[in-house]
Amino acid sequence: MIALAYWVQSLLRVLGGTVAVLLPAGTIVYLFLFKMMSFMQSRLGPMEAGPYGSLQLFAEVGKWLQKEDIAPERADKRIFRIAPLLVLVSTFLLVAVVPFGPDAYFTNFDAGVFYMLAVSSVSTLGILIAGWSSANKYSLLGGLRAAGQLIAYELPMVLSVLGVVIQAGTMNLQSIVMQQNAGSIFGWDGIGNPFILTQFVGFLIFMISVQAELTQTPFDMPIAESELVSGYMTEYSGFRFLIFFIAEFATAGVFALIASVLFLGGWGIPFSWFGWDSVGSIDNWMNVGGPLIMVTKMVVLSGIIMWVRFSYPRMREDQLQRFAWKVLVPLSLLNIMATAILKVVF
Amino acid sequence: MSDFLRDYLTVVWFAAIALVLASLLLGISALLRPNKPSAQKLMAYESGVNPVGDGWSQSQVRYYIFALLFVVFDVEAVFIFPWATRLEEYAGFGLVEMGIFVFVLLLGLVYAWRKGVLRWV
Repeated sequence: MIALAYWVQSLLRVLGGTVAVLLPAGTIVYLFLFKMMSFMQSRLGPMEAGPYGSLQLFAEVGKWLQKEDIAPERADKRIFRIAPLLVLVSTFLLVAVVPFGPDAYFTNFDAGVFYMLAVSSVSTLGILIAGWSSANKYSLLGGLRAAGQLIAYELPMVLSVLGVVIQAGTMNLQSIVMQQNAGSIFGWDGIGNPFILTQFVGFLIFMISVQAELTQTPFDMPIAESELVSGYMTEYSGFRFLIFFIAEFATAGVFALIASVLFLGGWGIPFSWFGWDSVGSIDNWMNVGGPLIMVTKMVVLSGIIMWVRFSYPRMREDQLQRFAWKVLVPLSLLNIMATAILKVVF
Repeated sequence: MSDFLRDYLTVVWFAAIALVLASLLLGISALLRPNKPSAQKLMAYESGVNPVGDGWSQSQVRYYIFALLFVVFDVEAVFIFPWATRLEEYAGFGLVEMGIFVFVLLLGLVYAWRKGVLRWV
């Protein structure tokens, strides 16, 4: 290892973090929102800018940069302008916890899972502020719905992650990755022991909660274009709207990254393949290979999130709340107890 | 500075880069975009007709009970996490303890359910 000065490290981390936010956002918007959705609806999607519309994203940014930035007269203008920034900050804080390789991580908190759950709810504040400050009935309704929905689904998410923490016995995301790749299934270590096998219920609950936290379609009542115009984003225009949009898809990518860390083995490959046994013995090329593996898993998981988004109709608000409180919360509590009992017995 | 604190400093840098990036783009946008406000444009959007009454109209906040329940369960999760990381040492004793804890919580949820609080009316 080359020892880098602290400011060089920080600069590299910040640049890496920016890439880790913008790359998933761009990939998801182009690959899924532009192309997959179009194909599912028997149309081509953007084709003009670049081959197969691949430069469409840059064209979009160029377009949004030139749009007028309107704040409604009666709005609480100062916090109206801050709200999108707050949502973007939440996304950046969230990506800081994701490990991408044995040495390629931004932060290595012992309470990484705690940190992840804490900062993921900062975006709720931004959304509530946006809804409230717009001085618009649609926005207000959208903001209130978003707050109700995000707190309802925060809970199954927290409880489903608990299953992984019980099994791993640690809240450090790096150790959780290690354990999955160093593990074995009844003595067979060919594929490690990704927690999706033992925590399948937890994984399902986690992905459903993520879908709701991101306000993607079966759970998109806060935006609900046929009822609330655009929910809490109704009054936003120009680049501030685009910041909301970028943050939404970037967060989808980051949550996919986190889900792959918690359940799919993260950046690692089963350690038995190369005879690794601890952090120190992992070859250095994993710092390059790890991020690539993470991107692959991110594309697959966010592809599933988007697939569900394009396939399902919107639920009703009361159905949403009932599903969270009467199905997901009891189920995840049972999952915790089952995991704990199995952990103690074996 | 310890590695522990440095990790948190990294978090501060991440928040800072988010703000810098957004401000930079908004700054570029400020140079490029037009700014021609008019009374109609600055009016609150209500499907194209003139807005009726105040934008901050009274609306029923239906989820305050959910919010209370959420706080209860979230605090409970804070108790379970440290237990979860040390389950191997506590073994059977910890299991029974947490079983009782979760059971009491489930009881609370069932009570709220029976009282009809979990309905979005």
